[in-house]
Amino acid sequence: MTRHERTVDVLIVGGGPAGLGAGAELAASGAGRVEILEREQTAGGVPRHCHHGGFGGRTIGGGGATGPAYAESCVAAAVRAGATLRTGVTVTGWAGPLTVDTTAPTGLERITARAVILATGARERPRSARLVPGSRPPGVYTTGELQQAVHLYQQRIGTRAVVIGDEPVSRAAADTLRVAGVDVVAMVTDRPAPKLAALTRPSGDRTPVLGRTIVTALTGRERLTGVSVRHQDGRTATLRCDTVVFTGDWIPDHELARRGEVTLDPGTRGPAYDAAHRTDRTGVFAVGNLLHGVESAGVALAEGRAVAAPVLRHLTAGDWPTGRPAVAVDSPLRWIAPNLVDPDGGLPLRGRFVLRTDRRLSSPLLVVSQDGRELHRQRLLLPAVPDRPFHLRGDWLDRADPGGGTVRVSVH
Amino acid sequence: MSPTITTAGELTVDEPPGSPVYDVTVVGAGVVGAAIARELARYRLRTALLDAGDDIGNGTSKANTAILHTGFDAVPGSLEARLVREGQHRLRAYAAETGIPVERVGALLVAWDEEQLATLPALLAKAERNDYHAARLLGADELRAREPHLGPGALGALEIPDESIICPWTTPLAYATQAVRAGVHLHLNCRVRHIESGDDAHTLTTTRGPLRTRHLINAAGLYADELDRELGHDDFTVTPRRGQLIVFDKLARDLVDHILLPVPTAAGKGVLVAPTVFGNVLLGPTAEDLDDKTATGSTADAIALLREKGRRILPELLDEEVTAVYAGLRAATGQEDYRIRSRPELRYITVGGIRSTGLTASMAIAAHVADLLGGSGLDLGTPHELPPVTMPNLGEAFPRPYQDAGLIAADPAYGTLVCHCERVSAGEIRDALAGPVPPHSPDGLRRRTRAGNGRCQGFYCGAAVRALFEEARP
Repeated sequence: MTRHERTVDVLIVGGGPAGLGAGAELAASGAGRVEILEREQTAGGVPRHCHHGGFGGRTIGGGGATGPAYAESCVAAAVRAGATLRTGVTVTGWAGPLTVDTTAPTGLERITARAVILATGARERPRSARLVPGSRPPGVYTTGELQQAVHLYQQRIGTRAVVIGDEPVSRAAADTLRVAGVDVVAMVTDRPAPKLAALTRPSGDRTPVLGRTIVTALTGRERLTGVSVRHQDGRTATLRCDTVVFTGDWIPDHELARRGEVTLDPGTRGPAYDAAHRTDRTGVFAVGNLLHGVESAGVALAEGRAVAAPVLRHLTAGDWPTGRPAVAVDSPLRWIAPNLVDPDGGLPLRGRFVLRTDRRLSSPLLVVSQDGRELHRQRLLLPAVPDRPFHLRGDWLDRADPGGGTVRVSVH
Repeated sequence: MSPTITTAGELTVDEPPGSPVYDVTVVGAGVVGAAIARELARYRLRTALLDAGDDIGNGTSKANTAILHTGFDAVPGSLEARLVREGQHRLRAYAAETGIPVERVGALLVAWDEEQLATLPALLAKAERNDYHAARLLGADELRAREPHLGPGALGALEIPDESIICPWTTPLAYATQAVRAGVHLHLNCRVRHIESGDDAHTLTTTRGPLRTRHLINAAGLYADELDRELGHDDFTVTPRRGQLIVFDKLARDLVDHILLPVPTAAGKGVLVAPTVFGNVLLGPTAEDLDDKTATGSTADAIALLREKGRRILPELLDEEVTAVYAGLRAATGQEDYRIRSRPELRYITVGGIRSTGLTASMAIAAHVADLLGGSGLDLGTPHELPPVTMPNLGEAFPRPYQDAGLIAADPAYGTLVCHCERVSAGEIRDALAGPVPPHSPDGLRRRTRAGNGRCQGFYCGAAVRALFEEARP
């Protein structure tokens, strides 16, 4: 018994919004055999277990679907367009530059493609990766695990919960906890708490937000009994609870990219890529939250669709740029995406770069320069806030020297 | 014969009243207790293995550095030196037979300053005195060639080519599986509260009722001193010595090829960097003497200290993601040796002070204890061979089910991956849940399959794995 060897035109790894968007668009554009591999039994990615609304406001008519409905619509679009969607198939490694090995209940395969699109998504850093000390009792979740437990498996969670983080995903976690009948006793964030937090929340959620506060320990043996916290000013407390959810703090799921020796961007920790979604490995594209943990499902879907044109171009022309200058940010900016200059002059999605900052910046002036030469300056009208996207126009790209040094984006 | 494993309810007595229920009872189902139970299973004895926890290997045995030691640095002439040396050979052979993953990666004792460098020849001589003859000194250049990611400033090393890494979870599980299959009774959630010793039997009062036994073996690990005192002996005190460790992502595995040991100082053995058989990289342990035998939490100070030490040893390691942080407690006694003592007149053997080398020495300790038991008035009879056992492979260096086309063709459940980070299939989870020594918690399932052990710590598979566990729960 060995591996069944096959070839396809385009292989897409990951059946979330980005991979499904790419599959739909490529299949519709006559890219040949387009195959999407999804390791879960059901395609659709993270929206499958996000039972709140607000999905696809931009790309699907109306004010937004629930996550599962959105996931289903992405799946339907890809299948309708003629992409082959295979679930329960895991890519386990590379066997060549554009060849992967897979495992599925139907056996082992070795699939070679003319182009590979990585769409493996992102995950939240668990408690351990955040180096939160203390004991290791049951009752510790990420939002992803919590939502699956509640919405896909109807599991019992607990009675009193603390949510770590104060971003949209944190509030989604709090909502899921309430659906599961769990009291959310506090949200804890190391950032300043938003003023009048309770009033600014459409849900009317009055959960106290402890700002400038870090988690110093988890306690409990058979079950979590509390979360010890310390405020910036030195005050400490232990919040009694049996459940804690660590939210946000996303990291791209870059294992396959790294195993394939795709160079990563030091800021996003996803593959370095240009506006055409090309990595530094010939024929390997990347889309979605693998590139930037984490943008909305709508952005991931749009990126998936947008990659179709460059993939088709590559299938026809076969060329691949080399030696592209990186686009990098200076602190307190955290990352920028895309992060390679596209020598063909292409612009990123919606003509703009997406960025993150480590701390709040009120109407920051962003300055773009290369080799000591200023390419662009742009003042943002709104504050830049941690964990929320903000954008930099891309119309300076034609002034960048494709043979020059790193393009730096800094705040003045 | 179906194995007898109980986890709740009164311990049943099916003998005429007054007669001892068991010939031998082993208290403590850690790696040492399980090894002893397995050894005794070779004889025609009625043997019980008790543990306060809900699983075998659930204390010190589950949270260590998972190294199969050569004993090169033991105190020459000590009981520990002999049992580690002998145990290493026994366990290596046993692992090969049963499929417990072992990788002979070798160790490098790295000298970071002139003083440490000057210590290496003495350590080489000590290895020789411990009957270990394969060690040799490496210069800075050779060291650098062997470990190119080592931090700057390493001056040389002592190479111990036979130091190995082993699976700390399948080892006690293999012992317990063989023991219960051969008729040893395993009683879990069974804490010993009090012991009455009569002329021909001990009566143990446990949280699950009384149990009578002619011979008693104390392999209670951190609690061995307390059990000893129940029988009126005050030979030693166990001081829990906490070791905190950080497990780095599998993507860090290419950074290190050997177990990187520090040169030991008066302050202890120090912090090592080592690959694991699961394909991760370990950094640790700390050594903190505590008075709380349940203090298995990690602390911010220790994590910071480990990161600082790790940065010196392998700077790139610190850029990698952390998969887990854990802490284990060694049973330190203030003595540089094991505290194994037989009291034939009391039909009682204490197996105490088995510190970090317990995993390596376990089979030799078990053989030694069987000898002591034979010398304390118990007629062991003739040993028989135990039917062989094959353990599921949890090691990354050996073929796993998701890679086995024939296995998947025969049973597609082995091609259905549930835990993606660790590539654990539904078939392996099913097998573990139906195994002869099944898990009683998702954590126990994790130690039998690796499910949930990976970088996402359950983001993707936590709920699914818990659902499979709940479904199979009796």
